[in-house]
Amino acid sequence: MRSRIPVFVVAVAAVCVLLGLAPQPGGPPEAVQAFGRLPVLAEGRIKPFDSLARSTLLVIQGKQRVFAPDRSELTPDEWLLDVLFVPEKADTYRVFVVDNTDLLSLIGKNDENLAIHYDKPVQQVMALIGFLPSRQRRMSFNEIAPYLQQIEAQEKLADPVEAQARTRFQSAVVQLYGNLSHYLRLRRSLAPEGSKDFLGELLHLQETLADGVEAVRAKEAGKPHDEAKASALIEEGQKFIGMAESTDILAIPSDEGSADPGAWNSAGHALLETFGQGYVNPSVLAYAGMGYAWRNHEAASFGHIVNMYGSSLEKRFDRQVRKARIETIFNAAQPFYAGMWIYLAAFLCAVLSWLKWPEPARVTSWGLVALGWAVTTAGIATRMWLEGRPPVTNLYSSALFIGWGSVALCLILEATYKNAIGTAAAGMIGFATLLIAHHLALAGDTLEMMRAVLDSNFWLGTHVVVVATGYASTFLAGILAIIYIIRGVFTRTLDKGTADALARMVYGIVCFATLFSFVGTTLGGIWADQSWGRFWGWDPKENGALIIVIWNALILHARWGGLIKQRGLMCLAVFGNVVTSWSWFGTNMLGIGLHSYGFTEAAFWWLSAFILLQLALIAVANLPLGKWRSFRAAAASS
Amino acid sequence: MPPFIRQLRNLFVSLRLTVVLLALSIVLVFWATLDQVHLGVWAVQQKFFHSFLVFVRLGDLRVPVYPGGYTIGGLLLVNLISAHAYRFRRGWGKAGIWIAHTGLIMLLVGELVSGLVQQDFQMRLDEGETKNFSESSLLNELAVIDATDPNFDEVVAIPESFVARGTVLQNPRLPFKVVPRGYYENSAVQLRSQAPGAPPSPATQGMGPQLAVTPLEVTYRQDERNTPAAYVELVGPEGSLGTWTVSTLLGNPQAFPYAGRTWKLVMRPKRLYEPYSLTLEKFSHDIYPGTDIPKNFSSRVRINPAGGGEGREVLIYMNNPLRYDGLTYYQASFENNDKTTILQVVRNPSWLVPYIACAAIGLGLVVQFLLHLAAFGRARRPA
Repeated sequence: MRSRIPVFVVAVAAVCVLLGLAPQPGGPPEAVQAFGRLPVLAEGRIKPFDSLARSTLLVIQGKQRVFAPDRSELTPDEWLLDVLFVPEKADTYRVFVVDNTDLLSLIGKNDENLAIHYDKPVQQVMALIGFLPSRQRRMSFNEIAPYLQQIEAQEKLADPVEAQARTRFQSAVVQLYGNLSHYLRLRRSLAPEGSKDFLGELLHLQETLADGVEAVRAKEAGKPHDEAKASALIEEGQKFIGMAESTDILAIPSDEGSADPGAWNSAGHALLETFGQGYVNPSVLAYAGMGYAWRNHEAASFGHIVNMYGSSLEKRFDRQVRKARIETIFNAAQPFYAGMWIYLAAFLCAVLSWLKWPEPARVTSWGLVALGWAVTTAGIATRMWLEGRPPVTNLYSSALFIGWGSVALCLILEATYKNAIGTAAAGMIGFATLLIAHHLALAGDTLEMMRAVLDSNFWLGTHVVVVATGYASTFLAGILAIIYIIRGVFTRTLDKGTADALARMVYGIVCFATLFSFVGTTLGGIWADQSWGRFWGWDPKENGALIIVIWNALILHARWGGLIKQRGLMCLAVFGNVVTSWSWFGTNMLGIGLHSYGFTEAAFWWLSAFILLQLALIAVANLPLGKWRSFRAAAASS
Repeated sequence: MPPFIRQLRNLFVSLRLTVVLLALSIVLVFWATLDQVHLGVWAVQQKFFHSFLVFVRLGDLRVPVYPGGYTIGGLLLVNLISAHAYRFRRGWGKAGIWIAHTGLIMLLVGELVSGLVQQDFQMRLDEGETKNFSESSLLNELAVIDATDPNFDEVVAIPESFVARGTVLQNPRLPFKVVPRGYYENSAVQLRSQAPGAPPSPATQGMGPQLAVTPLEVTYRQDERNTPAAYVELVGPEGSLGTWTVSTLLGNPQAFPYAGRTWKLVMRPKRLYEPYSLTLEKFSHDIYPGTDIPKNFSSRVRINPAGGGEGREVLIYMNNPLRYDGLTYYQASFENNDKTTILQVVRNPSWLVPYIACAAIGLGLVVQFLLHLAAFGRARRPA
């Protein structure tokens, strides 16, 4: 019976993952999902509205779920529909995160009016011990709107200050201002500000267009004309110019079905062409129709228009529509989020196998790691297909790939040694890297476009992948060393055989890491020589990679020279974590150099805490052998 | 062998020294990286890597506190070569290590050489413009130009460092001596009418008397450039011709007649003249639609070879430089509403060395890794 436990557990986990691919019962209506699949050009790439909604929500409020004031939950797509078509409703949703106290006081908030009052005593207790939030972190647009001028004035003061030199208040105000303008650009992308019946206006325009154009032509030529008609048309034009200028969302595809993203237009621009071509752009009309139906809760006609428009697009933009559909499924399945929990479960099973149930728990853990790896592999492959790029293109994808590479190495280790060490390390690294990725995703669209100099699939595919593998293996050596130290000092489970096996693993992985970090770093040098004219420029990121190479070489030479034994090897390998994490994130925090992208203040504190933890582990490892629970007997007898 | 020599030999062939030097180099690189925030990348290279000792300023004293790049790199080289010479053994077991370390020696020496001989310049070209020189982005020169012949200029270029040190220059091609009278590494230059409180200028000639020069703090930022200014007196056989204000901020050379010839005086970025010239046909700056994220920069350039003849057109873009006549031109930047391209121009005769060295090290590591893997496989199989 016991031997079936692993199969059962892994099967249940796999079913849970697969369920993510199917539509959820009780989820949003099919029409809303169909709207989410419609393609739109934003931030330089064609993506589904669903991705636009999710990445916007992650940026402005740090999570994808939205709650209406009546506590009902909205999907990202429903939220976006309200923003686009029922803005006065969307303005009441609390989606803007504000944490900085100075900024809060700028918008008239204090501890008192932010406190959340719960009715039930259970909830009050939960809030007291921190399981429920005790104060409001998120504001609605309406709450902030009265202070827009003050925010803008403060942003003007803070903006010229370099990002690294800004105070917390300045960063917070710049960020909030950016989020508000992002929101407003969305709000104005398909309908003009303050319009309650845009469809009606457009249909009216269609009817009066010919007369109006004639009147304007006559007016320009100085001939007698109907002034009311001319000025009505000019007013419409002004409105469209306003729309075109206040958004960067290009939702309207070219008429001819040209696949060139450059041919997409904002609704405002497309409407301005009305006067020249004599009819209102049908795509804009379709969106206005959707807006009308959504506004007036006409679910049936909303679904009808979305489907009609979707199938008309399918004929012209077969490839883009298919990609958008897959991306929507990918968004909903959240493979990396699922993988994170699978890895955590795998780690716990591996620990269980050392403490209690050696065989079933070990096999379960192995199966879970394999499942987690398969899920993340599928996720990374989908991303690569969507983007048409090698796996690592930005900090976010580097976290995914470093986790993926480490886990792959762990699977090989576990297949060789069968002692649950590989799966424990896999669980730890897999969980940690996906958790990091989860937080990096808050910066915006993770499938962002590549800046000019990075736009080289060859170098992204070689240098970046090999360097990331070097990072991954250096981390793996460090994690294995941590397992050695923790099991040795705090448990009795580290017998001599296991200790020697761990030492061999760490040594082997350090050799592997030396090879990959060196080759990756030099490939980077060659790329730099190709694009900037120097092989080596002492740029912070280059230096970080160089330090990893030297550190790994140092470990190997110290080992060969007999300067360190097993414990020394473990301490140096743990310090490898410090070196690698600094190179991965620390160099970006300096805010200088050619690779300085992505920086958050929170990341700085996490990095510091991580480094301190590693140093503490090294200190623990230096306790005399008599204090190690696993070695106590051996030390006493010798 | 005397005990002292033996000890010294044992030290130099030891792995202990290797480990210590590697640790020292890590600290050096780390420190240098942090210091870039204040000093900028160029000054950091001079301070930490192209030096024997790293000096720290304590009050007015410069105290050596740490071995510099030359010291650590040099010792590593000695350590590496002597260890291999001493422990040389035949056989395949260490073949990978050998190849890798030979490559490492090449890399260290190659970086030393390129640090010494590599020169960096920039070429700014407006659309339609033709130039036969590029300019240093770091160094300046004081050019004294004999512009009498309308067909060509005869230039005597004095490095900025001479002016900074106050070195008096007498050159057979100049009928006067050039005497630096004052120098600011970074400065602002204003019209005297706009700076009423400015102290009187020592300048007596050219634009100088109308100008006020204010010293500024030296900048190390990568996106800024120091704008030096100097007062220069020209002294002929009969005595002083007067004192001029020169600065890279003053665009056009200041002309004056002397001894029947027309002379021009200008402080400008150091120039590298070429026998051929480049013409910018078109600069393109592509962005992703709906964003301001750059997709590509490219310059369509015509090469006009030395001595006339048929030119050819090339496209210089990201990751695709032009290598011509020992120089390499990279797409570096742009300005002036996408009408002006900035090309990075690099002369580095040793550019191939790192390629060969890295190939050798990579190969060596792969060989050694495979040897280990094979041994590991053999060790496990019987069990």
